[in-house]
Amino acid sequence: MAMTQNDRPQERLIMDAGDIARAVTRIAHEILERNKGMQNLALIGIRTGGVHLAHRLVQRIQEIESASVPIGELDVTLYRDDLSMRKEQPILRMTSVPFDISDKVIVLVDDVLFTGRTIRAAMDGLIDLGRPAEIQLAVLVDRGHRQLPIKATYIGKNIPTSREEDIQVLLEEQGEDDRVVILKA
Amino acid sequence: MSLKRKDLLSLAPLSVDEIKLILETADSFKEVTGREIKKVPALRGRTVVNLFFEPSTRTRTSFELAAKRLSADVINFSPSSSSVVKGETLLDTARNIEAMQADIIVLRHPSAGAAEALARGVKSAVINAGDGWHEHPTQGLLDLYTIRERGLSFEGLKVAIVGDVAHSRVARSNIYALVKLGAEVRVVGPPTMIPAGVEKLGVRVYYHLDEALRDVQVIMMLRLQLERQGKALFPTIREYARLYGLTSERVKLADPKVIVMHPGPINRGVEIAPEVADSLSSVILDQVANGVAVRMGILYLMSGAN
Amino acid sequence: MAIHIAGGHVIDPGRFNGVADVLINEGRIVAVGPNLKVPAGATKIDAKGRLVLPGFVDLHVHFREPGFEYKESIQSGAAAAVAGGFTSVCCMPNTNPANDNQAITEFMLERGKAAGLANVFPIGAITKGLEGKELAEIGDLRRAGCVAISDDGKPVMNSLVMRRAMEYALAFDVAVVDHCEDLHLAEGGCMNEGVVSTELGLPGMPSAAEDVMVSRNIALAELTGARLHLAHISTEGSARMVREAKSRGLRVTAEACPHHFTITEETVRGYNTYAKMNPPLRTEKDVQAIKEGLRDGTIDAIATDHAPHATQEKQLGFAEAPFGIVGLETALPLTLALVEEGILSLESAVDKLSTAPAKVFGLAKGTLAIGADADVTIVDQHEQWEVDPAKFFSKSRNTPFAGWKVKGRVRTTIVSGRVVFEASRAEG
Repeated sequence: MAMTQNDRPQERLIMDAGDIARAVTRIAHEILERNKGMQNLALIGIRTGGVHLAHRLVQRIQEIESASVPIGELDVTLYRDDLSMRKEQPILRMTSVPFDISDKVIVLVDDVLFTGRTIRAAMDGLIDLGRPAEIQLAVLVDRGHRQLPIKATYIGKNIPTSREEDIQVLLEEQGEDDRVVILKA
Repeated sequence: MSLKRKDLLSLAPLSVDEIKLILETADSFKEVTGREIKKVPALRGRTVVNLFFEPSTRTRTSFELAAKRLSADVINFSPSSSSVVKGETLLDTARNIEAMQADIIVLRHPSAGAAEALARGVKSAVINAGDGWHEHPTQGLLDLYTIRERGLSFEGLKVAIVGDVAHSRVARSNIYALVKLGAEVRVVGPPTMIPAGVEKLGVRVYYHLDEALRDVQVIMMLRLQLERQGKALFPTIREYARLYGLTSERVKLADPKVIVMHPGPINRGVEIAPEVADSLSSVILDQVANGVAVRMGILYLMSGAN
Repeated sequence: MAIHIAGGHVIDPGRFNGVADVLINEGRIVAVGPNLKVPAGATKIDAKGRLVLPGFVDLHVHFREPGFEYKESIQSGAAAAVAGGFTSVCCMPNTNPANDNQAITEFMLERGKAAGLANVFPIGAITKGLEGKELAEIGDLRRAGCVAISDDGKPVMNSLVMRRAMEYALAFDVAVVDHCEDLHLAEGGCMNEGVVSTELGLPGMPSAAEDVMVSRNIALAELTGARLHLAHISTEGSARMVREAKSRGLRVTAEACPHHFTITEETVRGYNTYAKMNPPLRTEKDVQAIKEGLRDGTIDAIATDHAPHATQEKQLGFAEAPFGIVGLETALPLTLALVEEGILSLESAVDKLSTAPAKVFGLAKGTLAIGADADVTIVDQHEQWEVDPAKFFSKSRNTPFAGWKVKGRVRTTIVSGRVVFEASRAEG
């Protein structure tokens, strides 16, 4: 059938492996610069996309400063604002923040910043764990279309999109070649 | 994978994947219950009704705490069991409660099948918190969670369930789930307390405790209903305790790393010796703590929009 | 008023089986045979392709009047009876007050007559208030019109009382009917004891609770020489013991209910209160034994144990809901299913529904002999229909057979020469 090719969503490459690596390195430098070293610094990745990026950032930071940074993983599902509208509840991934976040500068890490709702949920979730001195936000891609007054502190790349488009960050840790793509149905 | 059920009535029809999903979901809530602020907003605006036709402070409190930690509104409703006898059907009571816009009804009832009957009649999600001798699925799940938390795997796990199996909803829920997960389940008690045809559920029947305990990794004691004494199920508490009471001597017959479980409340010195209940092998208090996390998980999974 | 039933397949068990006309006049059968001389003005019923049978006799119904008219009255029960082809019904005494005296018996007979549908035969109590202690006035009950005695539903647990009842009944040549259940063994039970009751967590009643009492009753029948009729036997053990008792020439008869030869305890799954009756639904092995008992003559009669209960009563929890189902309007197709299955010949099926039960209680019914009361049931053996409790004539709808697609339907029922039921009119 003539349709077969259109059945598979078409990918448009936005960032390749090199672009991602350079963006991660730049953000690592920016985090260190802004926070004047790493006193009280900790990174927390938002499940699932932000976790791998948080690990990459921590690794880069350690390469630059040769000291370790605490890292945590946050599942924001229980803080989502659409739970009462869903028929079936989403599967929970574990939150694991094995350190006290109080008085720390926390850099939340996510792959794509879109409506801002996930970040709102993440900040609520974070504050239930303690009272950080400051919360900053690092994202690999900012695609716009914010529905809440939220702004990233560190951005890998701004990518203007239409609302219907789907942006995906694919990483080696998930068994993919590193790349960021726009999918069109 | 998600829980595609309106209700949680029994473990018998649950698939292995569904059981695993519930246990994994409970992991997240175990983390929440370990925080300083043990509360998440997941069930904000939802109403959970604890409808208890039988007194059970433990189970009701556990559900109440679970619901509150999910930010749900909780109503406790304990109609006297006489209103059942008076002929108000369970359904009438439940429809009244449903009219209060309950999202989830947690039902404890003295009659087997009550939860099923309720679930058929109301739109709210129904969680069975014990129906007669039939099932107590959330107890079964928290028992599984406690076993798994100890690092034991279910496949080939040797479990002895000891006591009045015939009249135990806890035993039935555990039998259904453990057999499904591949465990080797032994039931042991006086023949008067072993229900007809139970071996067809995939368990082995023992009448002698010492024999049944050999090499088991889990000992699950059932609560003895003391009021059954004299109803010809066993002659005296004294003899029952001697034949089926778990002593530290008997624990030695089991696997060295055996865990001892009990759904509570315990008759100390009857089905379980005090030194066993308080020993390192005892996970009885873990069961209570895990009960809240597991019930949070279940409430969360059942809270999808109707 | 004469009625001419033309061209049907007439079965009068043991006497006639073939295509013939039946002529009824002044409430009696006046002729059976081909090419009858029909008096002028006789109403003709075309029965071509249909079965023309002696009206069915149910040895075991509960019509709930007096006392529980919201479940069933004698009027509504009799309407259900004739809709199911039953022209005679024997009503158990567990009414309120119980039928343990002449006044109640006369009341029931009167109500039966007023209904003008089926013949209503009361069964009197064995003991006062069905309490199993003091004998009821069995002589008076008999004289007033009771056709048998029974404490149905409340078996006589005291063996001495049962012995005395059997002895006393000898004087009136009346059958003693017992619901066989050891109340201690069955205490608290609400379904058959076995793996299903274990799975459902419901208290069970072991089949031994029935067997123990069947055995006792047979021993007492042997001791006293009484006419013993065993109500609704449901177990393999019962069937075996009745067979053995009959082989020794004891005056023991037995009935079985359609549900006990049609469905098993599996029907209870889902806590279906419409599958709750006493004796309970048993296992497949028991169902086979009941069928075999019907086939080899161990079980004389098919009786319905028609036990109406209001919907709200059956909506209670399984343990709290009352025992019993309605049966009058489904008995025929369930019995004909045994014919289809090859268990019974068509003639023996008719015998179990009609001729044999009449003999058990000594009723002058269940025959198309010349001069007999003109109680006739005309059946379409092949008509398929779906059981819809909403269409029952009974006041109650408690049946596990709702939605079943069954075969065999009553077309016309005649009692004492009067057409009391016509399917065509009921459908219209």
